[in-house]
Amino acid sequence: MESYETVDTAVLVLGAGGAGLRAAIAAAESGARVTVVCKSLLGKAHTVMAEGGMAAALGNVAGQDSWEAHFADTMKGGKLLNDWRMAEIHAREAPERVLELERWGAVFDRTHEGLIHQRPFGAHTYPRLAHIGDRTGLELIRTLQDRLVHQAGIEVHMEVTVASLFAQDGRIAGALAYRRADGGLVLYRARAVLLATGGAGRVYRVTSNSWECTGDGTALAYRAGAELRDCEMVQFHPTGMVWPAGVRGILVTEGVRGEGGLLRNKDGERFMERYDPDRMELSSRDIVARAINSEVLAGRGSPHGGAYLDISHRKPDYIKRKLPSMYEQFLKLAKVDITKDPMEVAPTIHYYMGGVRVDPETGASSVAGLFAAGEVTGGLHGANRLGGNSLTDLLVFGKRAGEAAAEYSREHSRPARISKAEVGEAVESLVGPLGRPHGENPYRLQAELQDVCSRHAPIIRSESGLLEGLQQVLELRERARSAGTGGPTGRAFNPGWHTAQDLGQMLVNAEALFRSALKRKESRGAHARSDYPNPDPALANVNFVVREVEGAMSVRALVREQLPDALLAVINRSFEKYTPEEKE
Amino acid sequence: MQTVPSAGPKLARVPVRNPYSALPNWLYPALVAVTLTAFALYSAWVVFGNSGGRFGPYLSPFYSPEITLRLGGFLVPPALWVAWAPLAFRATCYYYRKAYFRSFFWHPRSCAVPEPRSHGSNYRGETGFWALNNLHRFALYAITVQMAFLWFDALAQFYYQGAFRVGLGSLLMIVNVVCLSGYTFGCHALRHLAGGRSDCFSCSRVRFRLWKGVTVLNVRHDRWAWVSLFTVLGTDLYIRLLVLGVLPHAPWA
Amino acid sequence: MASVSPLQLSVFRGDAEGGEMVTYSVPVREGMVVLDAVLWAQANLAPDLAVRWNCKAAKCGSCAAEVNGFPRLLCKSPVADYGEEISVRPMAAFPVVRDLVTDVSWNYEVNQRIAPFTPSEADRDDPRAWRMQQVDVERAIEFRKCIECFLCQDVCHVLRNHGRKDAYFGPRFMVRMASLEMHPKDSLDRRPQLKGEAGVGYCNITKCCQEVCPEHIHITDNAIIPLKERMADEYFDPVRSLLRRLGGR
Repeated sequence: MESYETVDTAVLVLGAGGAGLRAAIAAAESGARVTVVCKSLLGKAHTVMAEGGMAAALGNVAGQDSWEAHFADTMKGGKLLNDWRMAEIHAREAPERVLELERWGAVFDRTHEGLIHQRPFGAHTYPRLAHIGDRTGLELIRTLQDRLVHQAGIEVHMEVTVASLFAQDGRIAGALAYRRADGGLVLYRARAVLLATGGAGRVYRVTSNSWECTGDGTALAYRAGAELRDCEMVQFHPTGMVWPAGVRGILVTEGVRGEGGLLRNKDGERFMERYDPDRMELSSRDIVARAINSEVLAGRGSPHGGAYLDISHRKPDYIKRKLPSMYEQFLKLAKVDITKDPMEVAPTIHYYMGGVRVDPETGASSVAGLFAAGEVTGGLHGANRLGGNSLTDLLVFGKRAGEAAAEYSREHSRPARISKAEVGEAVESLVGPLGRPHGENPYRLQAELQDVCSRHAPIIRSESGLLEGLQQVLELRERARSAGTGGPTGRAFNPGWHTAQDLGQMLVNAEALFRSALKRKESRGAHARSDYPNPDPALANVNFVVREVEGAMSVRALVREQLPDALLAVINRSFEKYTPEEKE
Repeated sequence: MQTVPSAGPKLARVPVRNPYSALPNWLYPALVAVTLTAFALYSAWVVFGNSGGRFGPYLSPFYSPEITLRLGGFLVPPALWVAWAPLAFRATCYYYRKAYFRSFFWHPRSCAVPEPRSHGSNYRGETGFWALNNLHRFALYAITVQMAFLWFDALAQFYYQGAFRVGLGSLLMIVNVVCLSGYTFGCHALRHLAGGRSDCFSCSRVRFRLWKGVTVLNVRHDRWAWVSLFTVLGTDLYIRLLVLGVLPHAPWA
Repeated sequence: MASVSPLQLSVFRGDAEGGEMVTYSVPVREGMVVLDAVLWAQANLAPDLAVRWNCKAAKCGSCAAEVNGFPRLLCKSPVADYGEEISVRPMAAFPVVRDLVTDVSWNYEVNQRIAPFTPSEADRDDPRAWRMQQVDVERAIEFRKCIECFLCQDVCHVLRNHGRKDAYFGPRFMVRMASLEMHPKDSLDRRPQLKGEAGVGYCNITKCCQEVCPEHIHITDNAIIPLKERMADEYFDPVRSLLRRLGGR
């Protein structure tokens, strides 16, 4: 049998994005020994792509902001499909987490009074997004990274990918992973495992997500017996780059609209007037994305199938200071000077609202000892995520899950047993592709999967399309069993082999997406169907939960617990409107 | 902790193309080497081969201030009292350091190109002899005093023999002192002393304004460095040619 | 699209032991960057071609390599800027793991040797202390744009040509130290380390780091030189130290 190295740890954190780093810091501060495993180098996680800011009701710009207003915005944006307790915790604790970040060395843009500046963003009632130009995610990652490397009790294993989890009698036991550099196998024995692996945006072709976002965490949790929720809810970010073809999908921050950017169709009309006259460009993402989509379908799109996003009415200096990386990105990649000309934008896959179903207080999944935080979880964002809520999600629930995992590892001082046979099986399947130089090309399978999802689970879905898509995913799953490396079978940094691994995780995500989307016979939030164009009141308090039952994927409808009256009142409260003073 | 130099694969030496510049990568060091050498030779000739640089109201920058001192019956070359300061200032200047380390020492000649094999791994940068460069601020103090003389001379020459007058020399002297100021007051050390050393700009508006002002000049420090080098050369050359009678000049009325 | 002759992309294939340049013929699409070409070759011609990349939008700094011998982010280098032949090699300042992937772990070790952000005891618990003006944080903001692509480390001749990783932290970590040293709330004096193990004296201001920085950080002018000046305050200014002694500080 293959040899592998064994590593013992108290808390194993998978992923080194914002959630993983915050969780690791929290767990180590609680006294646990932590091992962080990440697929890329430290500091490269997808969190760095977050641009606009992190939402927290600090009230620095609009004094009337409050956690209640933030909570109400989050719930309404999520079409009340959210886990209300998560939304409440998030809104209450976000300010504290942001301030804490500043104490750790993060540098935010300032108001005239010297406080953290906050910019307006889609569907937030008040200017709420603490930011640093348009690279807030990078600031978050770097701050946490520098904090983490000086924290005692944390070890980071970079460029290590986890292929499977082990559970014994409903309790988590460990994980099998491989090092990318030399292909060596590592068995982690852990008392608690914390998933912070992000979303699965890579199952689509046009995406703002990096290669890493293959939904590893959701797939691993699913196979370990945990429940997933809201898997049909995939966010299309309204503004991704369209042209040239090579850059299609790259994110254009919502900050552009936050700073006053206007959306126009090819006739120069500000079309948002017809879709959401109150909030216009700063409507929620699902609405703006569908609006652009409709304009394009109606023949009013830009030459490359998008809309125009124009910020050139602001002063060039202001644009360069507030949106430096957007300026650079368009100048370098599209040869467009955004201080003079409009950008061409179209929706791009951006975020997975769905994911592992967790306890709102602790991030505990339905498998004992398995925790999750960040995009890999489902619940906080309901049917549609508001911009800026993801970064504070990472901080708030990263910390909570980290502490809970540390606590769990303390209470369960002896790790669960991992059976040799199970490890053997996992190793077998992991190294499988290396023995199939003539197996199916993993890159081709991955591309086909992306085509299936893009074609059959687009912004507007239909029964027949979804059925067709599911059928094709299942066929791809069969073919993937015989996937090889595409040719060469070396162990050392062989991306063909890595792609074959990722493919397995992506397939689970795609299947959950199609199966859940078929169940939701209505249009709500990010999930829109041409055959059921309206929300169905009967599904208003239903979430679809995915679980493995006897080797097959089952989806069941879960009726959500009723919102307490006090919180319901908060949602129905009418918050004072905010009118900004004009100043640059 | 790794203290061993990395041993990458043996890559064939390849032509390096800097995408930021269409010019071949030997051009900059060659130009710098030629220009600086030529200027050094000219300056040496001015300092040691001449005993004065005044023509009517005009005064060559090499002689500002004019000091005539005889030691044991020998005239100390007057330019010697002046020239050490700009020499020290430019030799320790953060811009010229780039210029001469690239052009004369090939450390490195150009970005991402191999260095001569003889360089080996005993490189010490500015920690050994070159640590002297850290004294740049003292050269700045000296040159600032000199700038006062230069400004005085540049303004004083407008008034000669009881009348205001303007000539080509006046123009050259003014342009020269402006360019020298642009160079001198964009100095990195001054930028530090003016405000950069503080972590709190908002604590003093004056300091922040000063720092901002120096920064504006500092951004183009390299251009100022070259332009002022040539204005010094041009001003001196014009006055010298007058002194030597090579250029005709109407008598001062 | 009108027929464009395919790109001749030669890529270093090999490991620490050695390797060779292999040429792939890649069809050109409008707006294609070198990373697209490398990934096309990977998906269609060389499935095991190792390359690091993540965001493909110049925000993560993973895909640093050398295009036609010059340190670049592959995702930010349009093919159209180069013509029909492009060579791609791994960064020369770091040991090769495989193909275009290099072992950059040294950088992470260096980062660990730099003391983290440390506010003063008094500031830590005082919310009023954290009012900071934009002008005061602007310098740190420039340095914190760094995406850690390590191109500056790669081009720095102290590390690249002289292999003095034992003596100098490199431009990336001068920028890091500057972001801490100039942070209005950091209370540590970082000058002893700068002069000592960080080796700021090894920099001879030849400015290649500033030339390659994809984030356009003025590494030399705004970070290294001011740090050298701060170091000079402490160690190369007899007048100041005399004044300090007289002032009783």
